[in-house]
Amino acid sequence: MRVRILPAAGAALALLLTAACGSGSGEPKLDPNKLTIYSAQHENLTKPWVEGFTKDTGIQVQVRQGKDSSMGNQIVQEGKRSPADVFLTENSPAITVVQNAGLLAKVDQSTLDQVQPQFRPSTGDWVGIGARSTVLVYNPSKISEADLPKSMLDLAKPEYAGKWGAALTGADFQAIVAGMLEAKGEKVTADWLAALKKNSKAYQNNIATMKAVNAGEVPMGIMYHYYWYRDQALTKEGSGNTKLHYFKNQDVGAFVSVSGGGVLKSSKRAADAQKFLAWITSPKGQKVLAESKSMEYAVGVDSPSDPALPPLDSLQAPKVDPFTLDGPKVIDLMTKAGIL
Amino acid sequence: MGVVLVTALGDGWASAYDQVMRPRVGELLRNTLALVAVATTTSVVVGVTCAWLVERTRLPGARWWRIAFVAPLAVPAFVNAYAWISLRPSMTGLFGASLVTTLSYFPFVFLPVSAALRGLDRSWEDTARSLGHGPWRTFARVVAPQLRPAILGGALLVALHLFAEFGVLAMVRFPTFTTAILDQYEAAFDTAGGSVLASLLLALCALVLVGEHRWRGRRHHARVGAGVTRRALPAPLGPWLVPALVGTSLLTLLALGVPAYSITRWLVAGSGSVDIGALLASLGSTVLLALVAGALAVLAAFPIALVLRRSHGPGGVLLERLTYLASGLPGVVVALALVTVAIRWAPPLYQGPVLLVLAYLVLFLPRAVVTTRAALALAPMTLLDAARALGDGPVRALRRVVVPLVLPGVLAGFAMVAIATSTELTATLLLAPTGTTTLATGFWAASDSLDYGTAAPYAVVLVVLSAPLTWLLLREWKAETS
Repeated sequence: MRVRILPAAGAALALLLTAACGSGSGEPKLDPNKLTIYSAQHENLTKPWVEGFTKDTGIQVQVRQGKDSSMGNQIVQEGKRSPADVFLTENSPAITVVQNAGLLAKVDQSTLDQVQPQFRPSTGDWVGIGARSTVLVYNPSKISEADLPKSMLDLAKPEYAGKWGAALTGADFQAIVAGMLEAKGEKVTADWLAALKKNSKAYQNNIATMKAVNAGEVPMGIMYHYYWYRDQALTKEGSGNTKLHYFKNQDVGAFVSVSGGGVLKSSKRAADAQKFLAWITSPKGQKVLAESKSMEYAVGVDSPSDPALPPLDSLQAPKVDPFTLDGPKVIDLMTKAGIL
Repeated sequence: MGVVLVTALGDGWASAYDQVMRPRVGELLRNTLALVAVATTTSVVVGVTCAWLVERTRLPGARWWRIAFVAPLAVPAFVNAYAWISLRPSMTGLFGASLVTTLSYFPFVFLPVSAALRGLDRSWEDTARSLGHGPWRTFARVVAPQLRPAILGGALLVALHLFAEFGVLAMVRFPTFTTAILDQYEAAFDTAGGSVLASLLLALCALVLVGEHRWRGRRHHARVGAGVTRRALPAPLGPWLVPALVGTSLLTLLALGVPAYSITRWLVAGSGSVDIGALLASLGSTVLLALVAGALAVLAAFPIALVLRRSHGPGGVLLERLTYLASGLPGVVVALALVTVAIRWAPPLYQGPVLLVLAYLVLFLPRAVVTTRAALALAPMTLLDAARALGDGPVRALRRVVVPLVLPGVLAGFAMVAIATSTELTATLLLAPTGTTTLATGFWAASDSLDYGTAAPYAVVLVVLSAPLTWLLLREWKAETS
């Protein structure tokens, strides 16, 4: 009997593995006959884009939804075998990771030409598809407009200790820090991060930050503009008690982050993939963005954004080449500062 | 585990050393240890007090209190945290974390201690009293030592759960190793940095496991000789009756009333915007995953339990220890290890359902082994041997003799794994295939953006799915003590 147990155990194990694999086939698999988009962008934007593109071109599209950092790294891990044809991000550092791994094909020049010059990287390996601005959200009943910091760097000063919050561990905040690193250098950034560790409250994400400011839990928060405008357009439930402050003056706190789109070198549908990028950056695609209520900025030449937003060129954003933003360095600095 | 260690050292010893020695690790260590110390102590105090009140005093309605003290297990801890934080957003930090985890985890102490109290022989206490000890000294010298294994076992379970806890701590914004590991993964995908933290977390778990084993000691408490165990008579509470009733009512109010009130409130507030389709889809994938994981766990547990029962050699013991060790593994460590393995050696599995099911199996297989083993004890080997002697083949003998006897226990194991799977959050967040939302991750996505109304229906379904757990545990408890 003793001997028989081993085969029984083996059989059970085999059954286990078979069943485990079997359960896999029940899940939706990627269809090799469709254009595959790995997207870290918000679904309320990618959905109308994909629908509009398929309607115009007849090309079938499937979207795999993820997050900036994990999806960018996933593509790098998948390497040449990646099933992705197109990669869309929320912030540029994630697509830079893929570019630095040498996995991106050049974007068609005609597509690049559709986008305002400051929203395409110097290399042309990918293209801006949308943009978002850094803002300071504040609760006027907790801090008066006159007491607001003049620069985002001032938030490191002792008088603002405990007065502000941000989603420190999120990709959005890291992009903002990457912009600071590019504009002000490592020393200033590292010092600012060290002070921030003492001064700020860490929230899970932008929405939690905004709602905490709205509830008066913390007087100010650093986040992207569109969460506020979206809430304002809907119920104002999470932002009714708050106002936005734009730093302007090419301040690091006026950083505008570029969402990127790129075509994978390994794509077997490179032509369709290029068509997709061309479509979403075309006046038509950018109009879809402006009307999607995602409240992100359009980046196409002469493409207006949602009328509720202050014009992008009025924000006086600092000039940075989105390609040079160094995501891994930011993670390193944040780890050293004890934030991660 | 090995995988986690290897990855941690992937950037070399020096880099790993730097990662360990940085101030953030000290901060996380302090937080983790403070939480474990505070919440384990309060859980033990609350759990032992409740067990004593129910078993040894004339508390009115003891039957119902017993159910009330096990019922908090039906509310997943992260749902409990959601209930509290959405009512009192200021409940953050160590205080909020300790309160919520104590309310969620004290049944882990209550259950074994009340079972142990039931099994005590009154004559020991009578002897102590007749030798001149007062009631408190009797408790300290006679009762407490006998309860020690039960209390330690319960405390161990609470401590391991605290090490692994993610949802509660992220919600009350109290960073520990587990939350920092997920932050690392989210921000950097940096498997080396995350793995260093995971290794430290593992070391802490191992320390607690060894500590419990040492502390439990080698002393055995057993009745020797003839005679029937005399059950202790419940003591009248006297002037303590009112405080006891107020205390138990308050506890029930905090542990069950608050989640019930809070969830109902958000359910009503958010009723206009419920996305039934998304809810049903996540229910579907949750149930599918739970059934597959439950079935596979039972299948895998059967041969393990069989080997464990038959062999008394070192192999069997090792297998047993390994299985139990896995039960102390935090979900985030298992998930991280599987991500690393898949990315390096089996990329097609990454972001697929197989990996997730595998994580569930590693995490919850021990529960199935425990129940299957108990069930197998009901079918003595001699019966199997008799069947073989009468001419049945091994498979036929198993089917005709063993299976009918052990089926209820096996089904209980299946249910336990399925329930645990359906409310698992941490590993699911890391491993769920892109596009697949489970109830736990759907709930998490909504409550993470403080969208409490949308999260409420998920909370209700999670509680409904966990409710049978209370019943299963009560049933097991009754079988143990009768």
